[in-house]
Amino acid sequence: MQIKVQVYAILRQYIPGASRGPLVMDVPEGTTVGQLIEQLPIPPELARVVFVNGIRQESDWVLQEGDEVGIFPPIAGGEGPGSWAI
Amino acid sequence: MAKLLRVNMTDLSVRFEDVPEKYALLGGRGLTSSIIYDEVPPLCHPLGPDNKLVIAPGIVSGTKAPTSGRTSFGGKSPLTGGIKESNAGGLSSQKIARLGIKAIIVEGQPKEKGRFYVLRVDKDGARLLPADHLKGKGMYEVCDLLWKEHGEGVAIIGIGPAGEMLMSAAGICVNDQENTAGRYAGRGGLGAVMGSKGLKAIVIDDRGGPGVEIKNPELFEQGIKKLTQASLTHDVTKKGGALNTYGTNVLVNIMNEAGGYPTRNFSSGRFELASQISGETKAEIIHKRNGEGMTGHPCHPGCIIQCSDRWANPDGTFKVSVMEYESVWALGANCGIGDLDKIADLIWLCNDIGVDTIEMGDTIAVAMEAGLLPFGDADGAIRLLNEEVRHGTPLGRILGNGCVFTGRAFGVTRVPAVKGQGMPAYEPRAVKGIGVTYATSTMGADHTAGYTIAPEILGVGGKADPFAVQKADLSRAFQATTAFIDSTGYCLFDAFCVLDIPEGFEGMVESCAGVLGVNWTTQDAIRLGYEIIRKERLFNEAAGFTRAHDRLPDFMTKEPLPPHNTVFDVPPEELDAVYDFSKWPKEVVGEVAG
Ligand code: SF4
Repeated sequence: MQIKVQVYAILRQYIPGASRGPLVMDVPEGTTVGQLIEQLPIPPELARVVFVNGIRQESDWVLQEGDEVGIFPPIAGGEGPGSWAI
Repeated sequence: MAKLLRVNMTDLSVRFEDVPEKYALLGGRGLTSSIIYDEVPPLCHPLGPDNKLVIAPGIVSGTKAPTSGRTSFGGKSPLTGGIKESNAGGLSSQKIARLGIKAIIVEGQPKEKGRFYVLRVDKDGARLLPADHLKGKGMYEVCDLLWKEHGEGVAIIGIGPAGEMLMSAAGICVNDQENTAGRYAGRGGLGAVMGSKGLKAIVIDDRGGPGVEIKNPELFEQGIKKLTQASLTHDVTKKGGALNTYGTNVLVNIMNEAGGYPTRNFSSGRFELASQISGETKAEIIHKRNGEGMTGHPCHPGCIIQCSDRWANPDGTFKVSVMEYESVWALGANCGIGDLDKIADLIWLCNDIGVDTIEMGDTIAVAMEAGLLPFGDADGAIRLLNEEVRHGTPLGRILGNGCVFTGRAFGVTRVPAVKGQGMPAYEPRAVKGIGVTYATSTMGADHTAGYTIAPEILGVGGKADPFAVQKADLSRAFQATTAFIDSTGYCLFDAFCVLDIPEGFEGMVESCAGVLGVNWTTQDAIRLGYEIIRKERLFNEAAGFTRAHDRLPDFMTKEPLPPHNTVFDVPPEELDAVYDFSKWPKEVVGEVAG
């Protein structure tokens, strides 16, 4: 199936041409967000926030034909405990 | 011993006073809001003699604590009619603090209308000087002239023609190290309050000043070490991290992806030209033009995050600072404009005339909705600012009073504002928590008041579903903690690293406790934040605000927003829970009396 993938900020350094528009990719049915990231030439730990059709999804989310995926490095933050927001 | 500087514009006198015990542990917003609460009658006219403009550096400002040069400006807002604190970077905070001044209180009003003055503050005291030669001048020229008269390097706080004309969108400008007029306490019309006092500018020369007393140097050092460590390691705040590399405008793509990037007067959550105005594109152009532009610029000495920038023209000459997220959005996407050079022109004009970029972006978009000019008409927008607002024509005065005033003048009902203040660059229909902050904050629609975007979109400080409506606790917690950070002098962008790295927040609190000579826990700091927002809330209630004012504009509850086609559906009870003192966390604040 075909999906569209956009990467942002410093992730663009790893994919030539990424700033010119979305990459159209062919992936097998049932591919998850996590598996998609593994296929991309980006350091997986930098794929911090992933949107599928404008909604944030985790790595086990299963992609569908025609999905639009946006992948962001930590442009703000990580997985901290948020301890002070009481 | 630090002092308060009281400036009486009625009889043109200045006086230094001891700091009352009750203010000894306050700084920044905590201090401005407390003085307003104690001294300003809530029902006074914001532009009359009873309102006051209070200017305060933060608790650690003027020390070597990193990224701590924020100045808080407070007063009763002519835009919202409620209490206001708006803070800015630039040179002023550290210099005021190093002169041993905890706050400057400007009160009264000159008997002679249309006269303006400059307040000069230095190691020998303070003086009011005539400023007839600066009258009507834009902020770039004001900064040039004042450096010529008072020496290079002095801090300048000033207003442009908009502030002189008492426009409710007028902000207060602070110069930076390059003497560029670009750092603004923009929100809430405090520039008009300064104008109503007949004060065109304040010059602060800290040479020979006593510096800031640090009561417990050991604790202070330990604190700044922890905070510096957190700031330098966190992916967002470190050197080469997102803020340093792309500036705050790095948020364009993620907000657009999330469908929460308000476009064409809040009629869509996606802008088809977003990639042309994103932080990535901005940085690429600055580097390609390879002239006087730069990214990773500090807005004051000692900032280690350096999110600011200097934008260059196509020929490489310097144009404007700073192309930050809110300004680029307000005068870009929100007006349907997708050209960074045109947006730079518009920001330059706002900074010169002395109006808040967010409020003016909202206002021009409402004017576009009204049919005064089409969406996307950058040259038309430039004309409105340069020919109408700058010269105070009747149309310029309507626009200069903000988006609500303009909406009323032209019969527009889609006006994105709360308590009279235009919304910033996050769509509440796509990100519900920020809508709760807009609705309930003591400041009117203000993203910085409780930045729930961090967990809702960015995955900082935990994760929250942006579409979930149970956001009272989240928003309230952010509002209280922000009120504390706004009191320290630290830049709010430090919050990104302290949200994720608990030692960073400990360090922030310890550095404050070290300056003040107290033993504060992080819990004590948050309690102080709650006390501040409670005072602000009580001021607003006495000024006539009710729960009905804690609501988003009607259209947002009815018009679905593309691409997610959602409305703002947070129930009223959820909104009311934010400032229901009985629901405040007792383990932090104890029993709070209303
Ligand atoms: S992080 Fe940005 S806004 Fe904050 S103090 Fe530094 S340059 Fe100024």
